Amino acid sequence: MNLNATLFAQLVVFFILAWFTMQFVWPPIVKALDERAKKIADGLAAAERGKQDLELATKRSTDALREGKEKAAELIANAEKRGAQLIEEAKANAKAEADRIVAGAKAEIEQEAVRAKEQLREQVAALVVTGAEQILRREINAQAHSDILATIKQDL
Amino acid sequence: MAAGSAAPTSGEYIVHHLTHLNTTGHAQKAVVDWSVLNIDTLFYSVVLGLATIFILWLAARKATSGVPGRFQAAIEILVDMVSEQAKGIVHSAESRKFVSPLALTVFVWIFFMNAMDLVPVDLLPRIGEMFGIHYQRVVATADLNAALGMSIGVLLICIYYNIKIKGIGGWIHELFTAPFGSHPLLYPVNFVMQMIEFVAKTVSHGMRLFGNMYAGELVFMLIALLGGTATVFGFVGHVIAGSIWAIFHIMIITLQAFIFMMLTLVYVGQAHEAH
Repeated sequence: MNLNATLFAQLVVFFILAWFTMQFVWPPIVKALDERAKKIADGLAAAERGKQDLELATKRSTDALREGKEKAAELIANAEKRGAQLIEEAKANAKAEADRIVAGAKAEIEQEAVRAKEQLREQVAALVVTGAEQILRREINAQAHSDILATIKQDL
Repeated sequence: MAAGSAAPTSGEYIVHHLTHLNTTGHAQKAVVDWSVLNIDTLFYSVVLGLATIFILWLAARKATSGVPGRFQAAIEILVDMVSEQAKGIVHSAESRKFVSPLALTVFVWIFFMNAMDLVPVDLLPRIGEMFGIHYQRVVATADLNAALGMSIGVLLICIYYNIKIKGIGGWIHELFTAPFGSHPLLYPVNFVMQMIEFVAKTVSHGMRLFGNMYAGELVFMLIALLGGTATVFGFVGHVIAGSIWAIFHIMIITLQAFIFMMLTLVYVGQAHEAH
């Protein structure tokens, strides 16, 4: 362990090596490290943003789905209501129609009955007159009693 | 065992292994001799220093902010670790532009130099001997010159930032008024304390690394000596002790590199703080 000029040589080498590292080694490596740190930070931020976007989109899609379901339910309810209404209307119409037909038929029947009565009345009157004529031909002048016969015919 | 005509004694083996290949060609006599250069230390520290910046540069060249490969990710882990430590200790973004790369370089470089300890102690010296190089120490940080050289480098950086942040006047003022307070009688005491602090910081900074690596290297040599006895006991002992120490040393080399780096940051951070 003797001291000699190696000490100074070592001193010089020491500074040369340090200078070289400072000049050519340290800056690029530190720059790369800083850049990578920034990239990673950016990537993380982007991922965070993506997550938020996804959350937002999920929320929106849920809302849209819910809205769609509501609308569909509403449509179905409306359609059902409308259907029921249509059936009611149809029923009412049919009933009215039926009533009308029945009324028509009743009126016709009545008319028919009246006509039949009329016919019957005339036939009976004719028959009575004929009967009476035959009776009275023997006893009474038909012309003399025609007004009485007319009155009877009227009462039939 | 080291090659030689006659087998060396244990003492000779250790001494031989602890002798630097220097510009004089033989072991340095004086404790301090500024005319001598340790060629082995310089060679290994420069080669490993170049390997350090080459590997780091390789990662930096292809650094992308996209998906990193394994190699890039590994370097990034290192850079991030150093960067985080620097941020916690040095509170000036401007200073960190130099201090953080410095800490990274120091960490990787010292780690590599320490890791030379894990190469079998006799391998590289033996190869050297084949080419006529008789002395070689491969762990550059186990050379006090290297460790102190780096810690003095850190000291110079601390002085630079002291002056840069506080101004030359402010720093001199601090040298005389901290830590005990501003009073003419306390000026000398403060100054002496500050000087002791600087010297102690620097010496302990370098010595800690040197001491750990030197001791580690020595233990590897002793374990090699155990195997060198060429007995069953020696062989088994060498395998067991060598494995344990090498595994333990993985922690030591990393820890010492980390400690050196952290202390560099701490000292530079202290230079930024006004008392």
